Amino acid sequence: MSGGAPPRWTVFWRTVWGRAYPRVVGLQREKSWLLFDVLLPLLQVTAFVYIYRAIQAPPEFTGFVVLGGAMTAYWLNVLWNMASQFYWEKETGNLELFLIAPTSRMAILLGMALGGLVATTVRAVAVLALGTLIFGVTPTVADWPQLVGVFVLTLVALYGLGMLFSSLFLLFGREAWHLANLLQEPVFLLSGFYFPVKALGVAVALAASVIPITLGLDAMRQLLFPEMMAQLKLLPVGYELVGLAVLSVVFLFAAHRALRFMERLARREGRLTLRGQ
Amino acid sequence: MALLPRATAQESWRSFKTAAWLGWQIESNWTAPFLFAVYSIVKPVAGALILVFMYVVVAQGGLDHPLFPQIFVGNAFYIYVGGVLMGVSWAVIDDREHYGMLKYLYAAPLDIYAYLLGRGVAKAIVSTIAVAVTLLFGALALGLKVSPARVDWAFLLVAWALGLLGLAFLGVLLGGVTLITARHNYYIGEAVAGALYLLCGAVFPLDVLPKGLQLVGQALPLTYWLEALRRALLGRGAGALLAGLSDAQLLLILAGSTLALALLSTAVYRRAERLAKARGLLDMQTMY
Repeated sequence: MSGGAPPRWTVFWRTVWGRAYPRVVGLQREKSWLLFDVLLPLLQVTAFVYIYRAIQAPPEFTGFVVLGGAMTAYWLNVLWNMASQFYWEKETGNLELFLIAPTSRMAILLGMALGGLVATTVRAVAVLALGTLIFGVTPTVADWPQLVGVFVLTLVALYGLGMLFSSLFLLFGREAWHLANLLQEPVFLLSGFYFPVKALGVAVALAASVIPITLGLDAMRQLLFPEMMAQLKLLPVGYELVGLAVLSVVFLFAAHRALRFMERLARREGRLTLRGQ
Repeated sequence: MALLPRATAQESWRSFKTAAWLGWQIESNWTAPFLFAVYSIVKPVAGALILVFMYVVVAQGGLDHPLFPQIFVGNAFYIYVGGVLMGVSWAVIDDREHYGMLKYLYAAPLDIYAYLLGRGVAKAIVSTIAVAVTLLFGALALGLKVSPARVDWAFLLVAWALGLLGLAFLGVLLGGVTLITARHNYYIGEAVAGALYLLCGAVFPLDVLPKGLQLVGQALPLTYWLEALRRALLGRGAGALLAGLSDAQLLLILAGSTLALALLSTAVYRRAERLAKARGLLDMQTMY
């Protein structure tokens, strides 16, 4: 690189901001999207709340559903705006521009993740606030620092997984769309979005803990509804925090390696610019 | 003034058949048949299992709860709503935005209304397999008591066909709305399907909803469709609200609402089509 070029880290952070910017500013451009993004999960949450009411479940289960409903926003964002993103970029012709840009691909992924995270948090908070108000959920926070820690680590691990997925999805054509679609209901089931995950059996729940939201949701439920979760928890919160920290490191590292490998493979197989397949 | 000369019955049938074949190719040829089968089955079964575990973790008596069969059957047949209703309206987005083919369809000698209905056929086939697998799974793994000898097959078949037709017409209606929508077309099908899931009592008896929402639910054809399917399969419906209706009354409501949807969807689609042409929306690329 010539002497006049900005330092590598400057380019890295500029790229992160540049890729995050459209996702953050996009919130302002079409405000009615926010309405739909809040309304759609809320409809699902409402339906599940009425199921629990129909079978006379304790009121804490309404809280479980509202929390799970809010967290669906993050999982859907990871699937459709992280994992499938390179597929969409390929379809719209942006991917080749990303590849010839003099910057780090990891910075692009990080920007995508941070931008998506901010935009999705607005939606998740809205679902949580409305759900809590409408259904009269009254959580009792047992430990604020732990709750914040669990939430942050869940998102770091989750978006690390999203970055890993987006590398893997580089090779896909239409399969990307179908795979993202396939990873909705089964993950809602395995991660216990609408019921405590221990109901699946400890072995299945532990296996499902490779999806960060499984541990994150279980820990958050324990911290918000400690009495009800005493019998329904999968692991103590401390163990789940450690699990989330390990997943964060593993996914971010794997995403870095996978991105290079998949890009090389996609170049060799000529799939980087293949559209409409 | 009509956008195109009226299609003959022969043209409509040919458009329908070709679209059904095309829809099947688009749905199924992205992967190997085995993976396609797995894909078609895993999603609905996982959706059904979410309900199962919600019951297991809460309901006294677990799956013996008297509501469980009603809810399971309602949820299984709701798979059609996602498939057929959203499948038909999604064809407009797919052809216009993704493949860029909608303008060519309008330049070809075909009946676009029949074409859209045909695009829903592949989704209906996939949904039928998923519904059958879900019900079978319920019967074999969860002890759902559906005895073939006690099923009212004639009632089931008539109600099923009427409901499916109604969904397809509703899909075309949404397709019309999609045609003149730029920034919200991805949300339309999902929003309608989500609202119907809540309001038609697919996963709980309508009786548990607040009074205002009960009234909305009672105005929806889908509510009567699910009630009819439950009665045909299980011998009784869900909740007390619709218990006063006889089977014949249910079929009459379904037949009337399907006819109304056919007329309404034709009128809405034709109107949307004229607007789309006037505003140059038939080849719109929003890049969203």
